[in-house]
Amino acid sequence: MKANKTKYDVNPDLAKERLKCNFNIEEVTFIIDGGKEKTLQRKKIEDIALNNGDSLDEVPEECLSIKERYENAVRKSCIYSNKVRREMLEITGIENYASPVLRRTADAFFKDISPFMLHLGMFVPALMGQSTPDQLAEWLPKALDMQIIGAYAQTELGHGTFIRGLETTATYDPEKEEFVLHSPTLTSYKWWAGGLGTTANHCVVMAQLYTKGECHGTHLFIVQIRDLDTHMPLTGIKVGEIGPRMGFSSADNGFLGFNQFRIPRENMLMKHAKVEKDGTYVKSARHGKLTYGTMVFVRVTLVSEMSFNISKAATIAVRYSAVRRQSELRPNEPEPQILDYPTQQHKLFICIATAHAFQLTASWLWNTYEVVMADMKKGNVDALPELHALSSCLKAVSTSDALSHIEQCRFACGGHGYMLSSNLPFLYSFVAATRTYEGDYTVLLLQTARFLVKAWEQAEAGKGVTQTVSYLNRSANSKRVNWDNTHEGIIKSFQAIAAGKIAQCVKSIRDRIKSGMDYEDAWLMTTVQLVGAAEAHCRAVLLGTYWNEMKRITKTSSENVRKVLHQLAVLYLMYWALEKTGDLLKYASVSKKDLDELQRRYEELLAELRPNAVGLVDAFDLRDEILHSSLGSYDGRVYERLMEEAQKSPLNAEPVNPSFHKYIKPLMLGKL
Amino acid sequence: MAKINGDLNKERERCSFNISELTILMDGGPEKTKERRERENIMISKKNFYDGIPEEYLSYKEKYEQAVKKSVIVFGLVRRLQEEGKTTIHNYRDVLANLLRASDVSTGFPLALHYIMFMPAIINQGTKEQQAQWLPRAWDCNIIGSYAQTELGHGTFIRGLETTATYDPISEEFVLNSPTLTSYKWWGGGLGQTANYSIVVAQLYTKGECHGVHSFIVQVRDEESHMPLPGIKIGDIGSKFALNGINNGFLGFDHYRIPRNQMLMKHAQVLEDGTYVKSRNSKLNYGAMVFVRVVIAFDMVNYLSKAVTIAVRYSAVRRQCQRKAGEPESQILDYLTQQHKLFPALAACYAMKITASKLWDTFNTVNEELLAGNLERLPEIHALACCLKAISTSDTASFIETCRLACGGHGYMHSSNLPSTYGNAVAACTYEGDNTVLLLQTARFLAKTWQEIENDGGKLTPTVEYLRTAKVRGYSHKWVNSVENIVYGFQVVCMRKIATCVQDMQRRVASGLTFEDAWNLSSVQLVAAAEAHCRVIILSTFSSEIRGMTETTSPELKQVLNQVVELYSVYWALERLSDLLQYTTINQKDVDSLRVWYEELLAQLRPNAVGLVDAFDLKDEMLQSTLGSYDGRAYERLMEEALKSPLNAEPVNHTFHKYLKPFLRGKL
Repeated sequence: MKANKTKYDVNPDLAKERLKCNFNIEEVTFIIDGGKEKTLQRKKIEDIALNNGDSLDEVPEECLSIKERYENAVRKSCIYSNKVRREMLEITGIENYASPVLRRTADAFFKDISPFMLHLGMFVPALMGQSTPDQLAEWLPKALDMQIIGAYAQTELGHGTFIRGLETTATYDPEKEEFVLHSPTLTSYKWWAGGLGTTANHCVVMAQLYTKGECHGTHLFIVQIRDLDTHMPLTGIKVGEIGPRMGFSSADNGFLGFNQFRIPRENMLMKHAKVEKDGTYVKSARHGKLTYGTMVFVRVTLVSEMSFNISKAATIAVRYSAVRRQSELRPNEPEPQILDYPTQQHKLFICIATAHAFQLTASWLWNTYEVVMADMKKGNVDALPELHALSSCLKAVSTSDALSHIEQCRFACGGHGYMLSSNLPFLYSFVAATRTYEGDYTVLLLQTARFLVKAWEQAEAGKGVTQTVSYLNRSANSKRVNWDNTHEGIIKSFQAIAAGKIAQCVKSIRDRIKSGMDYEDAWLMTTVQLVGAAEAHCRAVLLGTYWNEMKRITKTSSENVRKVLHQLAVLYLMYWALEKTGDLLKYASVSKKDLDELQRRYEELLAELRPNAVGLVDAFDLRDEILHSSLGSYDGRVYERLMEEAQKSPLNAEPVNPSFHKYIKPLMLGKL
Repeated sequence: MAKINGDLNKERERCSFNISELTILMDGGPEKTKERRERENIMISKKNFYDGIPEEYLSYKEKYEQAVKKSVIVFGLVRRLQEEGKTTIHNYRDVLANLLRASDVSTGFPLALHYIMFMPAIINQGTKEQQAQWLPRAWDCNIIGSYAQTELGHGTFIRGLETTATYDPISEEFVLNSPTLTSYKWWGGGLGQTANYSIVVAQLYTKGECHGVHSFIVQVRDEESHMPLPGIKIGDIGSKFALNGINNGFLGFDHYRIPRNQMLMKHAQVLEDGTYVKSRNSKLNYGAMVFVRVVIAFDMVNYLSKAVTIAVRYSAVRRQCQRKAGEPESQILDYLTQQHKLFPALAACYAMKITASKLWDTFNTVNEELLAGNLERLPEIHALACCLKAISTSDTASFIETCRLACGGHGYMHSSNLPSTYGNAVAACTYEGDNTVLLLQTARFLAKTWQEIENDGGKLTPTVEYLRTAKVRGYSHKWVNSVENIVYGFQVVCMRKIATCVQDMQRRVASGLTFEDAWNLSSVQLVAAAEAHCRVIILSTFSSEIRGMTETTSPELKQVLNQVVELYSVYWALERLSDLLQYTTINQKDVDSLRVWYEELLAQLRPNAVGLVDAFDLKDEMLQSTLGSYDGRAYERLMEEALKSPLNAEPVNHTFHKYLKPFLRGKL
């Protein structure tokens, strides 16, 4: 199917919005992409991937059955992956194969997800991160060239975030020099892995390693699960699809069970630990924490992914709000654009700002990550706990904010946001998964909290603390921060909130221990507060990072670009200050009058941003193929597209559905 | 029956109160419980209803066809009950609600609107003659109706509708027309392929003058062949977030004619010569809207009870993490963070059910006054229904999602039934009046009331009387951590918020803005004020009703219900600390002890959590959940459901040979 090249007139309201925009949109696009070259490269890749229309479907994929959706996704995955390996890799280079550039084009091909996603997203990274050079030489070329296709199986039916609880065993048999993989119970079945059900023929499997009668905890193994030629599951392997989900419907998330299944000794990924031929277990990593690297990497990537998803939702909702007219603001005037309502601006502008905040924070976090990884290679792991704590809370808060902002955009589109053709329900369902996968929200915040409590104790004892918690030094001594209505003042107050909450948690824990509880119970009873403290810490980091990074990257910008990006960042600060007024009242000496002033400023800022709103979402530069939205397309032909999409419903292909004769007519005639 | 999970068994043994005592109390008496169960059992015992391929595996078209098949079974049952004299036109909505609750078809029913909107519209807006003409046929399902109001370009703002109905006195007909694409009717449930009639809301023109929107009965398909009639453009609007069996449709008219007597003329008429006769009381229509909004609140209770039941039972079965070295992994229900997610949602089921029931009674009283011509309380009741609809739907949606997230990854499985429960409930945030718009309507009433108070105007209606009391008394006494004081604190908060909004608007008007612009600029805060009012209503109704209801219950039940009320109140106080800190004398120390009280309440409710959800009395057939079934066989059911996937019916999917293998070999 070829792309529909017909150009339509742009909706006049939307055209007017673009005339109103007072800054250079392209300049902002360059900033978001990280430089003009990156933008040009991205556009080139998007042209290759999308211009010939391969990404389009004749029947909307949501009208197909689950099985048909999967089959269509396999077909398109092959087309897409061929484009990647033959045309796009030359442009990006192999090291960037999973770059956001490719992610964007994949999004145009799959409203949901490709069954190949985890091959590149988890299987290959696991090989790269955990293999010895020999193993890498054997597996990586095959994997990158996609002669084999892999999945990554860690979570089990009965076990998730708590990895130590996994039940699958890999027992070494020195006689045959093989590992025996086994699933002892129903709850030990692997569950969830994308692409595992029917697509993959290999899988990286996490299992409890037993050798010489002793358990050494979880390790990774590369396992062939299907015949390369017939694709039949191998003997001893029970594999299948886990059934429909809220989203991710076109990928075959799978289950996997082993019945005394044997693999060669060399199939254990042995970069950090190995089992020798005689069964001796040797730990080769100097630090048990090295495996954290991959986990942190995935979490860092997710923050940027959240930015991308919010920018999609914001683009759809803002453009639609410029086209949609509703109600009567003043008697006898035409219905206003709904973007003119402050309640609508309040819902939407924060989403634009958040997309920027997360993207800048993700880049900053990425740089931090690279520094820490370089240090680790030199044997210095001091910065790892901080990075781990940071990536944990940022993953938790960014996925959670993204989810609620996307739903807010959907609500802002009224009933039409409920239509799948708006793409907003897809975005919501997709992001909803990120709240629980790769470490559940609550569990991750509690991990950050553990780090914060330790840092507090260090600050209290007058020992140095690391940079992102340096505000604790200040707060460990003085109690309240005086409110000042500057931007830096707001950031400082958020640090005071975080410090105050951490202090309160430490006090609660100590009080409870004094009253006779042991540490674990005292911790447990304080967890609701600890989650709050970790969130507060994350907010302080987000506000500070966004503010500083925004100032840094706009130094050389044109005046109006600097101004509008500055306004967005201020909006973000004020929005959160107003969301957390209870905390400000409790932990910073803010007065009722300060808050009223803040509210007034916030409302003014909404009005100031209003004329640039469409320009700001245009700057995300999301092609219609990537947005997949009847409400959000560049030309604003909202109602036409809604009707065109409706016409594609298979129910409209025949004037009378067969169920009328079969069921309804007998009911009407009283014959049922 | 399969063995019950050991952990769940233990939970039930620990429960301190009599579960069926609570069920009966919430139903409103043993007779009511019996009646409800009888109706549910009729549905549940219906053969072939619950089996077959799970809906989620079907294509969009197959989902619709299955929904038609199941609708016909349900409505066949209604007809049987009717023949047996067990239901009449007066109580069919109750009967239907019970049947629908028991027949959990998560894609919705394409015939539902026939009963929920089409027939009630005829009853409320039709003349006696019109009722005699149409109701018997509708009641017997000889005709199937839908309800078409919203248009592609127009929703909550009804005055903006574009469809026209122009009276032609020569042929004594109305000519229905859709002048633009945006005027196409859009969303009507069952309208796409199912109904052959529809109520249509259109702008009435007669003698060259527009008289605003009125309702018409319109035949859209041939009764015999079911083909769309000439002049009618009709079809399905496409797939949605959820409710994909419901067959929402679009409808356009090309100068389509209907007889004059098909305008519903109870409240206004067009005479043969085209003369328009205005209804004595154009506001009576609000009455029906008020009822629909309270019905939505009851629907929300139903959805939320399901989600909470699923999440609490699963949390008793699921074990995760070691709290202490050497101990087995803990039930996740033992984690305070999990209790914090689930127990407020649990309490909200009770709070919303009781508030909605109380308001339902009030509305009935007011409705009788209305019919007798006394309109005094209509604005108050309308304002109340608006905010209750908005808050009950948005609280429910977010609590359901919290329950889903509390089930971790498994809550993402359709077989948990949490995704569709969310998808179905969240639709209500935007239908029947968008939540923001509704809260602004409540705010308009509150702002008016406040001005009356300031002008020292006379008597206030009961549900806003507190604003004056709070104004007079203010908040200067020392804060006390009690339910009564929290309720009063919220009353003061609402009073102060309204006062601030009104002041701001007055300031803006004084600075030269028009009232409309001043209103618009204050709207973010007005929404917050309306929400605060709704919180006052729910908190005060819940606590005072429970006080009354538990006077005659066993002491064990009284104790646990008091804990539920306390938890709900303290939860909202902590959620709205910012307001309390600004407008009352609560201080940092009070807040700390409030939090300790909250944590203690979670611990107190912990042993009764499973009992409290069991009391909702939702059978497995209604829950349709692998995670939430009564026996707690969560893992077994997850695997059983997975094995039903058509992808698992064959060891190798044909796409392997067609696409994958050539691709892996580099031959594609």
